[in-house]
Amino acid sequence: MALAAAAAVKIENFQFTPGSLDVKAGDTVTWTNADEELHALQADDGSFRSGGLNGDATFAHTFDKPGTYAYRCTLHPQMTGKIVVH
Amino acid sequence: MFETDRRGFMRCLAWAGTGVVWTVSGGVLSSCALGKGLLSAGDFHFVQISDTHIGFDKEANPDTLGTARAAIARVNALPVQPELVLHTGDLTHSQKAAEFDTVAGVLQELHAPALFTVPGEHDVFDDDGKLYLSHFGRGTLGDGWRSFDSHGVHFVGLINVMAFKNGGAGALGEAQLAWLEKDLAPLSDSTPVVVYTHIPLWAVYPEWGWVTRDGERALGFLRRFGSVTVLNGHIHQVLQKVEGNVTFHTAYSTAYPQPAPGTAPGPGPLKFPASELRTHLGLRELTFRANDGALAIVDSKLG
Repeated sequence: MALAAAAAVKIENFQFTPGSLDVKAGDTVTWTNADEELHALQADDGSFRSGGLNGDATFAHTFDKPGTYAYRCTLHPQMTGKIVVH
Repeated sequence: MFETDRRGFMRCLAWAGTGVVWTVSGGVLSSCALGKGLLSAGDFHFVQISDTHIGFDKEANPDTLGTARAAIARVNALPVQPELVLHTGDLTHSQKAAEFDTVAGVLQELHAPALFTVPGEHDVFDDDGKLYLSHFGRGTLGDGWRSFDSHGVHFVGLINVMAFKNGGAGALGEAQLAWLEKDLAPLSDSTPVVVYTHIPLWAVYPEWGWVTRDGERALGFLRRFGSVTVLNGHIHQVLQKVEGNVTFHTAYSTAYPQPAPGTAPGPGPLKFPASELRTHLGLRELTFRANDGALAIVDSKLG
C-alpha cells in the first residue's frame, strides 16, 4: 500500500524525516525511532503523545480530522515536525 | 601534590586560598598549583554521581546497571567515606517503574550515610515527576526541591526539568525561585553554598536544551555569597566555568558520554569500544577543607 508506506516518519540523528508529512484524514502515521537515544513525541495541541520511545520502538497515531499538527520531542527541543492532514 | 595512578595519568590535587580548585584524573588539566597537602581530620567530603540512565541498554552501554555499580563501588572504596552523595539526575532512562525500583535498590549499596537526588528530564518527561517523587521525593518541597546544611555548608537542590518538555530548556519556575530567595535570605554572605541541579544553570548550548532559562534569576540570589558551587549533570561531560564567586561544574555520567556542544547532529550517546567506555564515565569527589573552607574538586574516571 503506497499510502501506508508514505505515512511513516523516521526518527534518526535527532531529526524527523520527513519533517513535514502530508496524509489524508483517517490515515495512520507510524514513527520509528532509529536512534539509540530515547525520544518522546508530543503534539503541540496535546492531541497525541507517544510516551518514551526507545531505539527501534514505533508509535502510531491515526489522524481523523484535517489540519496541521505540529509536534516535537519532549526530550530534545530542537526536534520538531508536522503532519498535514487533508 | 602529585600522584601517578596505575594508568600513568598524573593526578593533581591542589588547594588555593578560599577558592575552588579542580583536578582531573586523566590529564585534562594542564597545570595546577602545588598545594598544601591532602586531606586532614575535620575536612568535609562528599561525592557527586550523575546520569545513571538505568534502563538504557543500547550499544553505547548495554550494561548501565553495571557501570552505575562500578561507580558506587568506587565511592565505597574511597579511603575516607563521603558524608553524603548527590545524584544530579537522569537516575532512569525512560522513567519506568521498574527502572526506578532498580536504581533505588542499587543506590542503597552506597555506604555513605545520606543520599540526595534531583530528577533529570528522563525521570519526569512522561508523568510530570510522579514516579520520581514517589521514590525519591521524601522530605522535599514543591516539585522536589530542598535545602539542608551540613558542616557549615548550605546545600540547595533545585529542580529545573519539570517544564522541559514544554519549554525545550531547563526552568526553575516562579514558585521555586520564591522559595529559593526566602531560603537563602537568613544566611550570611560567608556561608559556602552548594547548588545541585540537573540541567546547567548557565547557557552551555541552548540549541540542545543545555540551558536553564531562568537560571540567571537564581544566580542573582546567589551572587552575594563568597563561595557558590553549582553542580549539574545532563550533558555527560566535564565542563567548568567561573563567574565571580560562582563556579559551575558539569559532571560525567556513569552510563555513556555525549558529544561536545554542537559537534554532532544531536546529543546522542557516543559509542566507544567496550574496553574504552569506562574512560569516558566518571564521578566527582568534593572536599571542603576544615580550616579555611577551601574546596577541592576531583573528577575521576571509572576506567
